[in-house]
Amino acid sequence: MKVNYIQPDGTRHEIEAEPGNTVMETAVDNDVPGIVAECGGGCSCATCHVQVTPEWYARVGQPEDIEQDMLEFVVDRKDTSRLGCQIELTPELDGLTVNVPESQY
Amino acid sequence: MSECLVVVGASHAGVELALGVRRDGFAGRLILIGAEPTLPYHRPPLSKAFLAGDKQLYEIDLRPAALYEKQGFELLRDTLVTAIDLVRKRVVLGDGNELAYDALALATGSRVRRLNVPGSTLDGIHYIRTVRDIESFRERLGPGTRMVIVGGGYIGLEVAAVSVRKGVEVTVLEAAPTLLSRVTAPDMASFYARVHREEGVEVRTGATVTGFTGGNEVESVMCSDGTRHAADLIVVGIGILPEVALAEAAGLEVDDGIVVDEHTRTSDPHIVAAGDCTNHPSRLYGRRVRLESVPNAVEQAKVAAATLCAKDKVYDTVPVFWSDQYELKLQIAGLSQGHDQVVIRGSMAERHFAAFYLRGGTLIAVDAVNSPAEFMAGKRLIAARAGIEPERLADTSVPMKEFLQRGGTTA
Repeated sequence: MKVNYIQPDGTRHEIEAEPGNTVMETAVDNDVPGIVAECGGGCSCATCHVQVTPEWYARVGQPEDIEQDMLEFVVDRKDTSRLGCQIELTPELDGLTVNVPESQY
Repeated sequence: MSECLVVVGASHAGVELALGVRRDGFAGRLILIGAEPTLPYHRPPLSKAFLAGDKQLYEIDLRPAALYEKQGFELLRDTLVTAIDLVRKRVVLGDGNELAYDALALATGSRVRRLNVPGSTLDGIHYIRTVRDIESFRERLGPGTRMVIVGGGYIGLEVAAVSVRKGVEVTVLEAAPTLLSRVTAPDMASFYARVHREEGVEVRTGATVTGFTGGNEVESVMCSDGTRHAADLIVVGIGILPEVALAEAAGLEVDDGIVVDEHTRTSDPHIVAAGDCTNHPSRLYGRRVRLESVPNAVEQAKVAAATLCAKDKVYDTVPVFWSDQYELKLQIAGLSQGHDQVVIRGSMAERHFAAFYLRGGTLIAVDAVNSPAEFMAGKRLIAARAGIEPERLADTSVPMKEFLQRGGTTA
């Protein structure tokens, strides 16, 4: 399946992804710039913030409590923001497209 | 920086630095040298999910091996660097071979502080730093095993949490009067002591280990208060020291870590350093610090990469740390040393609260337990050197967001 990461300058990375991995893991494993993921997926650092494109947000779903609280304070928060480590990829998300924010700090 | 970069140390800082220089445009030869035989891996899970057996080694790799190949890293595993020749610009490897460098990055990390009392070389005494350390005893975690943990810091407490949940009989021996004494306020320390005791861990403070007894394997631990604790397994977590032997022998400036400036430059113009091994300036705290954390390794490594590629970046962030014990997610921002006031926000009884540390009315650190908003907002307020009204901070009806909106400063 494919996941697309769009950088702030418009550069697009189309990555071959494995269902079961998260949006964060897919980015990190493929050295997609701008996704830092310091805590390795433990929902502790909020440095894997992505802005899901509006057309995909319904299928990706809303954040739960801890993630919600972390997202409230990320840089350049959008209504469709999620932490990449909390989005698990399923075949239904083939083609998922997310924007990478200007900064994770 | 031209042809060949050698990176000594292939853990969090070393890998991040190598990836960073490629991203910043370095196209020359890149040799990444690691002392361990495994692929680089995440260290924090060693005292958490990996110890518990919930994760296997391949699940905690920092990056897939294919990525290192794609980025053109020559990854030398199970390889020691025994010397650096600053004049000839060479590193000497354990097998006697030499590698010439144009630029060198030191990411040598830390080594564990070892207990040096009678019996401390008996089998069954384990330290926590590498995958090998954990693999040597994690299978023994189960009912019937009696574990004594020496050291009531984060490592000791994380190991206690995993072990007691697996049915191990756990005793924690801490020499200081409280747990976590080096890093937290008494309220936090007593909270953690209470939680661990409620989970069934025997916590003894003011207990200094004076020796171990046993045949080949350890059988008991002796303490300064005269008590003796039978044990099948000992875990020692009494701190880490920066791995500076290489730098020091080479003649680089070393003082509680490899001394670097805000660009991560060492006292040699061709050498940078990043991560646990460094002593670096903190603009925020107006002093030099040595930090033991993954965020420090990662963020400082990025600055080191930029410096190597002639980009002007300064390492200047709020220190961050986290610890997972039971269902308690502890997120820490800032350094609390030197605080003159602690404000508790939330409920310790309900296990979601934050301890805010102030100095002269300014927020300098926060320890947040199951309170991500307090951590995230706290981090920003610390960076802004925000003055805070303690009564408002303690008032949970005032959302953390409001402190940011007001610019974080008092009138």
